Amino acid sequence: MTSLTARGRDSAPLSPRPRAARRASRLRESLIGWGFLAPNLTLMAIFLFLPILWALQLSFQDSRGFGSPEWVGLKNYAKLVGDPVFWQSFGNTIVFTILTVPITMVGGLCLAVLMNSVLPARGVFRTVIVLPMVISGVASGMIAGIIFYQSNGIINKVLSAVGLYPVAWQSDGLPALISVVIVAIWLRIGFNMIIYLAGLQGIEPQLYEAARIDGASRWQQLRSITVPLVGPSTFFLLIMNVIASFQVFDLIFVMTGGGPGNSTSVLVTYAYRNGFQIREQGYGAAIGIVILIITLLFTFVQWKTSRTRDQVG
Amino acid sequence: MTQTVAIPNKLATTMSGDREPRRKSRSSAAVIGDRKGIVWRSIIAIVVAIIMVFPLYWMVVVAFSPRGEAFEPTLRFWPSAWTTENFQRVFELYPVATWFGNSVVIGLFITFLTVVVNLLAGYAFARLRFRGRNVLFLLTLATMMIPVQAIMVAQFRLVSDLGIYGSYWGVILPGAAAAFGIFLARQFFIGIPDEIIEAAKIDGSGQIRIFLQVVLPLSKPLIAVLILLTLMGSWNDFAWPLIALNDNQLFTLPIGLLYLQNQTAPNYNATMALALISVLPMVVLFLSFQRYFVQGFARSGIR
Repeated sequence: MTSLTARGRDSAPLSPRPRAARRASRLRESLIGWGFLAPNLTLMAIFLFLPILWALQLSFQDSRGFGSPEWVGLKNYAKLVGDPVFWQSFGNTIVFTILTVPITMVGGLCLAVLMNSVLPARGVFRTVIVLPMVISGVASGMIAGIIFYQSNGIINKVLSAVGLYPVAWQSDGLPALISVVIVAIWLRIGFNMIIYLAGLQGIEPQLYEAARIDGASRWQQLRSITVPLVGPSTFFLLIMNVIASFQVFDLIFVMTGGGPGNSTSVLVTYAYRNGFQIREQGYGAAIGIVILIITLLFTFVQWKTSRTRDQVG
Repeated sequence: MTQTVAIPNKLATTMSGDREPRRKSRSSAAVIGDRKGIVWRSIIAIVVAIIMVFPLYWMVVVAFSPRGEAFEPTLRFWPSAWTTENFQRVFELYPVATWFGNSVVIGLFITFLTVVVNLLAGYAFARLRFRGRNVLFLLTLATMMIPVQAIMVAQFRLVSDLGIYGSYWGVILPGAAAAFGIFLARQFFIGIPDEIIEAAKIDGSGQIRIFLQVVLPLSKPLIAVLILLTLMGSWNDFAWPLIALNDNQLFTLPIGLLYLQNQTAPNYNATMALALISVLPMVVLFLSFQRYFVQGFARSGIR
């Protein structure tokens, strides 16, 4: 709106001001704009753009901590293609994403529907569901480590008490991954609920009334009114959840450290391991570039479709 | 005027209780409103609430239990005796007060820097016309989601070369380069009615004066959201401080927690005591300013 009217004023042929003065005022405005942006640009240039370029350069070098780095071309990337642990980490990242994202989203929608209905003490319930969002990944991971502790942790004690077998949460790969998935869902479901609640509140109640008069069951109402009408929220959440799952670090670092073996190693923890534990920094940087490219792809999709979300918002 | 953050306000009222939306719910209550439905929904809600609260409850229980009790074979949901020995121990053995102070100092610096930078940049993107604006905005947008793990090796070297590795500044400066607040700020500033700014222009105010004396006073809700979210982000941040801090005396609370866990014979009760100490300030902030947190989460997509 603003830019439209502004442009209209600028291009008006009957402008009384001479061209030079107009150019000066436009230059002044540009300077002010750049001035407002300068602190942000400085920080981003130094701590974001520069490291991105540097990471790219490092990924073409062989640098194991000390000594002058050696230019090795695509060797790090070739190594990556043939590295089974890299592919395992890649696979784990995808499995983790496939396990967390749908459950979090369906759960978030169900909770939003529940919390949008008539319910005593609704505010309290909502607060409780959102509360984990402010708990740090490290603290969550440590609490979970105690709850899921293999020998006499509370979950295994309860499982034994009800006559089931205790689960090898630490020494077995799949249960270890599942324990991280459960904690990630716990941390994120509140966010999904918030976004869906906003979406639900944009739906006219008359729609439900009309459906009820037509004899639609509650399940039919959910399927043919609620789900389609929160579509834009769903898409937004899909992208945000996928990005978050692709970048899960704190929980895995604290709960499993990528183990047992490499069964919970994911891309970001594997990049960290190479960069700071094995100290093959060139190789770590190459994995980082892969993460960077994947992230940019998802961000691009999100950006391309953000208009639909804004309409909902 | 403060209503410019559109949905979240509506959402916030629902979040903080049953006040406004009750009217709407009553009408859809006719759809479902039988008593049986309410009973079932309440039961489900209570079960969900118990699951959500249990981990935090368990942290408190273990923090106040006698050492080792959590991993004894007897199943119990309550400490045999409440004790503060874990807290005494953790304060005795580790520089907890220093870690807490470090988290506060780093958090305040990051928050101050980030909020100022975000407000200025958000205003420029929303309200000022200049060459290159769209390109810069796209660039900011594109880099917003990049995780530190993608560039941490280079960032580590950069911070070392700048001579700020292992200092507060090594954590603060890269931390302040975060861009998510710019989008919140931009959205908010776009929502300010044109007439207000035009009126100030006609009065002869320059852009800087308009920003400081007209726009900022209208932006208190935005500033509150930015402060709370940024503070929470830096308080909970883990990956970058893990890389940038090497000195025990400079650790923030999350790094201190990891330090406790990595001891050769970890004392889980002490770990939970420290976890509780680290979590409590954010829980208190959240409960006091829930409305702003929820607005921020809903608007920025940042958890």
